[in-house]
Amino acid sequence: MAVAQIEFSKELESFVREWKDKPGNLIMILHRVQQEFTFIPREAAERLARDLEMPLARIYGVITFYHYFKTTKPGKHRIAICMGTACYLKGGQELVDETQRILGIKGAEVTANGLFSIDAVRCVGCCGLAPVLMVGDDVYGKLTTDQVAGIVAKYQAIG
Amino acid sequence: MVNAKINGIPVQVAHGTTILDAAAKMNINIPKLCYNDDLPAWAACGICVVKVEKSPKMLRACCTPIEEGMSIITHDPEIVQVRKTVIELILSNHPDDCLQCPRSGSCELQTLAADFGIREQPFTKRLKGLPVDTSTKTLVLNPEKCIKCGRCVKVCQDMQNVWAIEFLGRGEKTRIAPAADVALADGPCIKCGQCSAHCPVGAIYEMDQTQEVWNALMKSGSEDLTCVVQIAPAVRIALGEEFGLPPGTLITRKIYTALRRLGFDVVFDTNFAADLTILEEGTEFIKRFVEGKGELPLITSCCPAWVDYMQKYYPDMIPNFSTAKSPQQMMGAMIKTYWADQAKVDKKKIFSVSIMPCTAKKHESGRNKDMYSSGERDVDVVLTTRELARMIKQAGIDLVNLPEEDADSPMGPYTGAGTIFGATGGVMEAALRSAYFLVTKEDLKDVNFTGVRGISGIKEARVNIKGTDVRVAVAHQMGNIAEVLDRVRAAKAEGKEVPWHFIEVMACRGGCIGGGGQPYGATDEVRQLRINGIYSDDVKSTFRCSHHNPFITKVYQEFLGEPNGHKAHELLHTHYEKQPIYSK
Repeated sequence: MAVAQIEFSKELESFVREWKDKPGNLIMILHRVQQEFTFIPREAAERLARDLEMPLARIYGVITFYHYFKTTKPGKHRIAICMGTACYLKGGQELVDETQRILGIKGAEVTANGLFSIDAVRCVGCCGLAPVLMVGDDVYGKLTTDQVAGIVAKYQAIG
Repeated sequence: MVNAKINGIPVQVAHGTTILDAAAKMNINIPKLCYNDDLPAWAACGICVVKVEKSPKMLRACCTPIEEGMSIITHDPEIVQVRKTVIELILSNHPDDCLQCPRSGSCELQTLAADFGIREQPFTKRLKGLPVDTSTKTLVLNPEKCIKCGRCVKVCQDMQNVWAIEFLGRGEKTRIAPAADVALADGPCIKCGQCSAHCPVGAIYEMDQTQEVWNALMKSGSEDLTCVVQIAPAVRIALGEEFGLPPGTLITRKIYTALRRLGFDVVFDTNFAADLTILEEGTEFIKRFVEGKGELPLITSCCPAWVDYMQKYYPDMIPNFSTAKSPQQMMGAMIKTYWADQAKVDKKKIFSVSIMPCTAKKHESGRNKDMYSSGERDVDVVLTTRELARMIKQAGIDLVNLPEEDADSPMGPYTGAGTIFGATGGVMEAALRSAYFLVTKEDLKDVNFTGVRGISGIKEARVNIKGTDVRVAVAHQMGNIAEVLDRVRAAKAEGKEVPWHFIEVMACRGGCIGGGGQPYGATDEVRQLRINGIYSDDVKSTFRCSHHNPFITKVYQEFLGEPNGHKAHELLHTHYEKQPIYSK
């Protein structure tokens, strides 16, 4: 073992135990791990490989296949901008451009203060509100680019 | 049986036969790229598409079983056009540096592009500029060349159960890489090279060291080196394939000639060292089995990829491992000690090269300090069969028509037991031939142990040595070993008697004859022909048991003393250490 050991919460440990032998368990477990750490640290992936008796390569195959799973720590406030068909047609790309411009980051980057990262995501399931931007679990719909700065400022203030 | 029509011609095939296999029976080799005889079909490349009556779309022949009444068209202008487009699309993500590519001339994509008359590239080139991984110093992984056919991943995971590589990412960003993007050398890779033997293009290949050998051969004057070479058992029946000979053609003595004409001063044979290995390992077995000194089962350690695997995946079995070095390393040690003394050559002025069917042997030659037992590096450079073929071609040597010469004395002459090391079951058979003698002081009437021969993944046999049964097992192809070792582990955990006394393991399918450094295109048919070639060498040998090799007797008398004795331990034995599966 080259990487450091990692502590799982009691809840996560029992979740892993409960799902250990069920078919299709890996994605369920990875969701739960990401919920706990906001991303999938290498140490957590190594621990899962041991606990689930599964090659690390298989775990990374799944983590890197799904856009949702992160291998690096995202910002404290994860901004998700919908690029589903409706949002895209209503200007999703402009929202991405504007948010990137304001924060000065692109791709999987995180702002220097660790507060923000941006994800372009597929349909978030509320096309009636297109275009949609989410910060964490908060939903902002029917947006125009000039509203983005205000939303960012709000979470800047929370810190 | 099911009845169908292929191109209007009736055909009857067994239930479950794919269109690809049925067409092959009718002399139609449907073009394909991802498909490989060793692996289950998984329809990645889309080149083998065919038309099936009533199907609205073309189907992939490799994955479509023939159904009753099916009518199949395997080629028409539209199908050919579709295949051509698929090739053009693959080429749009593939570099154009064929002339500098290690697979130029043997590349399956290049062959298809030529067959389909690709003259221009209609799609915009999209290359990623991914870095080349040379970390193992054995295999080179160039993901830029990868066409995502998936063969290497299937080989590494399913055939070998190593899991060194995986598809990472998705869609256009898909790439072949170790987990967490560590370097290949920092992950589970055992350097068996089966990925390189199965890759259809130049994405994974052996690290070429021919230039280092040319440089050594060229030195003269005060820098002059005595270049000593050894060739492994499995090279002699496969090298010919690179020069148009059928698989299994035995050309040992032509290879000796070729090596001399390349400029080597002394030509030895690893088979001699295989005989030496049998004396050491056979004695070790008798100590454990008869005298109860040491763990049983004894497990063979000639295969460096297996050594790597065991250190990573089964470190609890280290006490079961034979401490005898592999024949390559025994020969290396003997060249720079015994032979150097005999020939009065300064060991610092000896350049020791070995020709191996194996990529992992490159790694083995620097594995730990035991590989420097002469005080120098015992084996300086390891070349694979493929690299030797290139050197012979560069020199313009007409291998096929060369006269036959003998290897040099005293470490050239070998027995049939030494030569069969190159095939699965061979080390076991060779060991049993001598173990019988070591226990009973009598020779076997019949030296053939056919139970341990052949291509099936796990073989078991019982051998009666004067009333005592020796239970042996032979496994080859890394993915088959878990079943054997898990049974040993379980028996130990339950305090029961272990199921076998002696186990042979070789990492590659068929043993070294199917090694990762052998000529491309190994299928089970080719492997069987190579095995036949190896056993034909055994049958025609004057001596078929290692302990009958008069030169082995000579080196023990003159130099080594007793098998497993002090000097033998110093030069011919090694040790193993637990290794992390991921070191970074």
